[in-house]
Amino acid sequence: MEVLGLFNYWVVIFLMMVGFYALISRGNLVKKVIGLNIFQTSVIIFYVSTGKIAGGTAPILIGDDHGVAEAGAEVLYSNPLPHVLMLTAIVVGVATMAMALALVVRIRETYGTVEDDEIQEQVLADEAVEGARA
Amino acid sequence: MSAHLPAIQIVVPLLAAALCVLVPWKRVSWGIAFAGSVTAFFAAIGLLSRVLDGEEIRYALGGWAAPWGIEYRIDAVNALVLLIVAGIGVVVTPFALKSVERELDGRRIPLFYGAWMLCLCGLLGIAITGDAFNIFVFLEISSLSAYALIAMGSDRRALVSAFRYLIMGSVGASFIVIGIGLLYVETGTLNLADLAERLPALHGERTVLVAFAFLTVGTSLKLALFPLHLWLPNAYTFAPSAVTAFLAATATKVAVYVLLRFFFTVFGTAYSFEQLRLGVWLLPLALVAIFTMSLVAIFQGNVKRMLAYSSVAQIGYIILGVSFASVTGLTAATLHLFNHALMKGALFLALGCVMYRVGSVHIDALRGLGRRMPWTMAAFTAGGLSLIGVPLTVGFVSKWFLVLGALEQGMWPVAALVLVTSTMAVVYIWRVVEAIYFGEPSPRAESATEAPLSLLVPTWALIVANLYFGIDATLTTSVAGQAARTLLGGAP
Amino acid sequence: MNAGELALLALIIPAVGAGLVGLLRAQPNLREAASLVTGGVLLGVVMRIHRAVAAGEIPRLVLAEPLPGIPLELEVEPLGMIFALVAGSLWIVTTLYAIGYMRGHHEKNQTRFYIFFALAISCTMGVAFAGNLFTLFVFYEALTLSTFPLVTHAGTDAAKRAGRVYLGILLSTSIAFQLFAIIWTYLLTGTIDFEMGGILEGRAGEGVVAVLLALYVFGIGKAAVMPFHRWLPAAMVAPTPVSALLHAVAVVKAGVFSILKITIYVFGIDFLTQLGASVWLMWVAAATIILASLVAFRKDNLKARLAYSTISQLSYVVLGAMLANTMGIIGGGMHIVMHAFGKITLFFCAGAIMVAAHKTEISDMRGLGRTMPVTCAAFFVGTLSIIGLPPAGGTWSKWFLGLGALDAGQVGLVAVLMVSSLLSIGYLMIVPVRAFFSPASNPHGHGHANGGIHEAPLPSLIAIVITSLCCLALFVYPDPFFQLISMVAGP
Repeated sequence: MEVLGLFNYWVVIFLMMVGFYALISRGNLVKKVIGLNIFQTSVIIFYVSTGKIAGGTAPILIGDDHGVAEAGAEVLYSNPLPHVLMLTAIVVGVATMAMALALVVRIRETYGTVEDDEIQEQVLADEAVEGARA
Repeated sequence: MSAHLPAIQIVVPLLAAALCVLVPWKRVSWGIAFAGSVTAFFAAIGLLSRVLDGEEIRYALGGWAAPWGIEYRIDAVNALVLLIVAGIGVVVTPFALKSVERELDGRRIPLFYGAWMLCLCGLLGIAITGDAFNIFVFLEISSLSAYALIAMGSDRRALVSAFRYLIMGSVGASFIVIGIGLLYVETGTLNLADLAERLPALHGERTVLVAFAFLTVGTSLKLALFPLHLWLPNAYTFAPSAVTAFLAATATKVAVYVLLRFFFTVFGTAYSFEQLRLGVWLLPLALVAIFTMSLVAIFQGNVKRMLAYSSVAQIGYIILGVSFASVTGLTAATLHLFNHALMKGALFLALGCVMYRVGSVHIDALRGLGRRMPWTMAAFTAGGLSLIGVPLTVGFVSKWFLVLGALEQGMWPVAALVLVTSTMAVVYIWRVVEAIYFGEPSPRAESATEAPLSLLVPTWALIVANLYFGIDATLTTSVAGQAARTLLGGAP
Repeated sequence: MNAGELALLALIIPAVGAGLVGLLRAQPNLREAASLVTGGVLLGVVMRIHRAVAAGEIPRLVLAEPLPGIPLELEVEPLGMIFALVAGSLWIVTTLYAIGYMRGHHEKNQTRFYIFFALAISCTMGVAFAGNLFTLFVFYEALTLSTFPLVTHAGTDAAKRAGRVYLGILLSTSIAFQLFAIIWTYLLTGTIDFEMGGILEGRAGEGVVAVLLALYVFGIGKAAVMPFHRWLPAAMVAPTPVSALLHAVAVVKAGVFSILKITIYVFGIDFLTQLGASVWLMWVAAATIILASLVAFRKDNLKARLAYSTISQLSYVVLGAMLANTMGIIGGGMHIVMHAFGKITLFFCAGAIMVAAHKTEISDMRGLGRTMPVTCAAFFVGTLSIIGLPPAGGTWSKWFLGLGALDAGQVGLVAVLMVSSLLSIGYLMIVPVRAFFSPASNPHGHGHANGGIHEAPLPSLIAIVITSLCCLALFVYPDPFFQLISMVAGP
């Protein structure tokens, strides 16, 4: 049961490994970026899932300031903090994506390819030229 | 006013970043950036002087008290790091004026200064904040702007290096978030001071161990600890000269600070170094970093890349000091944070002068420049001597404490290795010095003249600092000593 | 002005002289005058300090405090006084010699040469007056760096290679061994000051002391104890005045002086004798003495032969230090002086022969006594002093070293000293003997060979005569140095 009870962790780990694998194994820079994004998404899911409390509801205050519902019963809320944090993390993720894709565009413009090995060939050629010129 | 110094420290560069992008004139945007960096510098000095009086500054940002709001908490450790970052910023920004105009397309310059200020803001933010998640946010602000800054390098390889850095940096940052998340799950707080209070009760927990591992690996990626350093050499090599100088002197230092903060303040020495015996892991990594990277540096043709590899080796020295987990070791580490920023900053700025006049920093391009650019080359030589650790330079001071720390632990082979590896620095620095003074000038070097004053003055400012803090290290050693004692939890 | 400030002045004067030389670069005559005047003023200052030291005063001056508890400090004790006197008095003579040599040899970049020469002397004074281990290390390293441009003066590939060896060995031994030993000493004792009777006694065991001593002896690469001697022959590519003053006097003596000083003030001679930790190092020194002499035999180039002779002679001083008894210390200290005057004379002669007769190989020097009688006579006097024969000063130092070896019960070392003297007769005496008694080897060689007397330029010749007379004078009147060294060597 313990294993199943931690299913959110399994999902997170699965997504993380998918992203990580794509990041490492793909030669295409765009695919690398997608891998990175999946990786970061897994972190977001991890955070959001930790804020969940069994039986808890959305942390929106109903009734008076002290979270006491009209009926007078205690309401169990999910922890809102991780969610708020993830708003920031999503923004960071989007910025990272934008930055990465912008770089890919520039790389495509200058190297004519987004394949890692082809770029590497040209980089090595550059190094050779530098060595020869000097 | 002075009560709000912690906010000024961060907000001014942040606003300056926005302003830099909004104005269309490149000189004006430089002016704004310079004003921002000067303000940050004085704020850092103000904070340090208050901390040295024995005060621990706590500042609730926006009036929201901790643990709900974000708290800025400044002790001797981060005050020193703030001073390093802001100080290097205020020296390198004037240098950037002409250097950047030469190396960058004019239209991009306002954007450059925007990213420049963001990077400064991010690095200062990491150092100043007392909130774990806030560290991540500032880390990403500084990293994203750093990727952009590096990608602006004139060589097309800059793009590839920036992309690689981005991938590895983002993975590192994600690791850090995971670690912070796990800590939050376990303790229910993100405030570093609260974490430090609650964690000792949970030292047996596996979650804490996992958090520790994620944080360690993520931060090690950021600070380029061997073998996670692969992004660093190329990123430093192809970035614009001013960016290399700035990042080399600050970015990795701030990451080391994060590591120190987590190891010593948050998890505590008892957990990191006694229960997990972290020293046993860090020590060999540091030694391998020092040894192999110094060796690799010897064989580099591009002097910027040579210094980049040397940086990885120098980070090894810092981590070596950390691994002793003693007052002397940590004093050495924090001292070397400061001292290495001074020497690498100076060296990269000198190379920036060469780039400005000759257009290349390959060792062959430097041949015979000793006569054409005597001041620049004298600066490079002096910086190199400091890197080697010749007495009366800051490099010597660091080495003194590091060897003392190693001997205190009875690790005399380590102490011997530290000294032997400094002779490797002699080899790679002297290769360049020899080319500078004895080489036959290349055609381009033949027509080179001394670098303009706006480049020379910042370079020499750092060299003078190298010598000054080498001759009178009382101030730096006392700050570093206080920082070390703070980290180890003794009386400040 | 008290004597402590005078000691600082002794450091500043050559540096100021270097500045003057730089300013006067356009007028060679004025520039050389500036060098000479600086030398004269320096000698005057050193004499003044000597007066204070001879009266039993030990002037001190703290310059700065780079690390808490580790000041940059000057302190003039008798041993340092000896070294400063030797270096100071020979500098002015060498400047005189250099003027003739550099002009006669048409060297380039003479201004740079004089600047770094003066800076090197400034560093030498720093070594002599160093008040603690840290200060000693600082000036030791500064001396290495300031002499580097002098070694590589020619700028050729050979000079560059030599420079690499020079810097490589001197810097790496000093950083890897010497600095290590200094920090270790600091850790053991909590101080790096020089104190009469040493600072290590009671704070370190026998094993540690033995290791530390070895670290110091090998870490002070300037003493050229084998196997770290290669830099000295390499440095011979430098112009002869450099070889003469720096690589027979200032730099190498800085090395052996440091060893002597550390033996006396860090280890303490009583403590060392008690432990016997230095016995094996005596034999390292002895081996260097013999081996270097044997190598010297095989060198036909005069400067190379002199270099190996220097390596051999330096180990006399190291041996004296390692004997760690009164006679050994007196012998070592006296040998710093005697060898300085003897060897500088020999180098001066080698340079003079190079400038006037364009000869560098010993086999070409047959019959040279007819064209360069003064030079060859001076060479003969210098040789006497190096071998240790009356009526030259070298007799005294060998005498005391022999006594020291006997006191220490090391009869074997006395034999080494004897053999080494015989060897030096073989490799040095041959030069003047051939010059005077062999017929000229190549009469149609360089034109000057049979054209009557053709000596080196006058300033150089004057310098040669002065130093060779000093060699003789030191035999008759070694008292000032003897008194100084007796003050530290104990009863």
